[in-house]
Amino acid sequence: MEGQSMNAVQVLSPAVTHQQIMEQKPTNAALAIRNLSVFFGANEVLKRVSIDIASNAVTAIIGPSGCGKSTFLRALNRMHELNPEARMSGEIRLFGDDIYARTVEPVIVRRRVGMVFQKSNPFPTMTISENVTVGLRLNGVRDRRVLAERTEQSLRMAALWDEVKDRLHAPAISLSGGQQQRLCIARALAVQPEVLLMDEPASALDPLATSKIEDLILELKKKYTIVIVTHNMQQAARASDFTAFFYLGELVEFGATTKIFTSPSQKRTEDYVTGRFG
Amino acid sequence: MTASNHRQRQIRNALTQAIACACAVLVIMPLVLVFYHLVRLGFTSMNLAFFTQLPRAVGETGGGMGNAIVGTFILLAEAVVIGVPIGVLGGVFLSEYGSQSVNWWIRFGADILNGVPSIVWGLVVYVLVVVPMHGFSALAGGIVLGLIMIPLVMRTTEEVLRLVPGGYREAALALGISKWRTILQIVVRTALKGIVTGVLLALARVAGETAPLLFTAFGNRYWAHKLTEPIAALPLQIFNYAVSPYDDWHRQAWAGALVLLLLVLFINMSVRFLTRERWRAKA
Repeated sequence: MEGQSMNAVQVLSPAVTHQQIMEQKPTNAALAIRNLSVFFGANEVLKRVSIDIASNAVTAIIGPSGCGKSTFLRALNRMHELNPEARMSGEIRLFGDDIYARTVEPVIVRRRVGMVFQKSNPFPTMTISENVTVGLRLNGVRDRRVLAERTEQSLRMAALWDEVKDRLHAPAISLSGGQQQRLCIARALAVQPEVLLMDEPASALDPLATSKIEDLILELKKKYTIVIVTHNMQQAARASDFTAFFYLGELVEFGATTKIFTSPSQKRTEDYVTGRFG
Repeated sequence: MTASNHRQRQIRNALTQAIACACAVLVIMPLVLVFYHLVRLGFTSMNLAFFTQLPRAVGETGGGMGNAIVGTFILLAEAVVIGVPIGVLGGVFLSEYGSQSVNWWIRFGADILNGVPSIVWGLVVYVLVVVPMHGFSALAGGIVLGLIMIPLVMRTTEEVLRLVPGGYREAALALGISKWRTILQIVVRTALKGIVTGVLLALARVAGETAPLLFTAFGNRYWAHKLTEPIAALPLQIFNYAVSPYDDWHRQAWAGALVLLLLVLFINMSVRFLTRERWRAKA
């Protein structure tokens, strides 16, 4: 499992014990998560999860509703802290940096780990270009040339540039649902994060807009590490390199997407991906 | 089901409708009457002198309420300066920060303050501002109107901020924008029209306040040049003229009342306009 046979990523099968995980020092993991537990009040919604998220790859998080996959995603950029009841234990390292270290501000973590939500949420008071640059402007970037460059660059990466380049100053809410979601992706990319978290980014979109988002994800992984929560098995199978299956707050199985969908080692995984429950 | 039963129900239905209709007319009636009388008695006295000149001495006819009109605007401006920042930021605290138990007490306090009779506000400011400053002043008048505005503005601000979907807060925070910037430049900006609406309604409410001004702003028959001097205000002037024995002053009181009503009407129309345009995208 070690050495030259590894490609760009570190794959941990559930057969690997916690001890082994701690001994391995992956160098190419964007996010190294160890024993992550998240509690809401007395309720433990995530139970001692350990995963390495490979860089420049797409990792899909699947599982039935309430299995903790959204909580897992939000713990990766400390968004779960918006809930005052939330507590966590364990460790998450972003390219080696402990994101829960006492000296680390959540604001800094979130600039490095961007997020796209299920419901597209461009700011209604802003134009298309203002939406793209809002993260930069409110963090102190004033230079118009930089902002204009970053607008075009981000919109191109989000595959939206050609559709909106003639109306950058139109209100963002004049766009269609699929365009709004790609605008949100552009907005997240504009602050140049290292990791992009996507929480069911296409679940509210029609099939055509969904396939555009999926193509986009495949394109984006060349530059970014992507973690995507999805309810859509086909989407996970099509768009991801690795898949993690969560059930009742536990990580049941994690591995290459092809393996999870063709020969999972756990019965529960197989039942879920074949649609027998969940 | 018998035919007579059916007939009875028809009668009852018609009766209910008639009573509701009559009540609706009764609701509108005072507004119509007030307008009718103000226009009939006040409109003829509204001329250029009324808006630009000082009141004349007793016995002389003519003159105007220029100082009172300007005074009302000065007092309202002071009230905005004092009431809006505190009210809006208080509303921001209630909606975006504070814990539930603390907020419950603040809301409870604000609701009680909203019910405090305005003359009590006047007494409080008399003791806290007028007495220490050894005199009535425009400052004291502005402070009392500002204080009355605070709980009103705070509660409406809180309500409209709560209407801003949580998704916008999350989106901004996920971009690494700090919480205070998210609140001021995303949340407040999204709710800005609602906040302005709340401020205007509070302004319309205090524009006609008379009682608290009696022993704060006091009134003034001349132009006020400093905020530390007593200042004239439309409601005060109307009160003083209306209780006077002179016909010409009565005439002017009607005109002053008409101007005050038009001012409040204008503010309310602005609110209508703002709320109608709400959330609509600029093309």
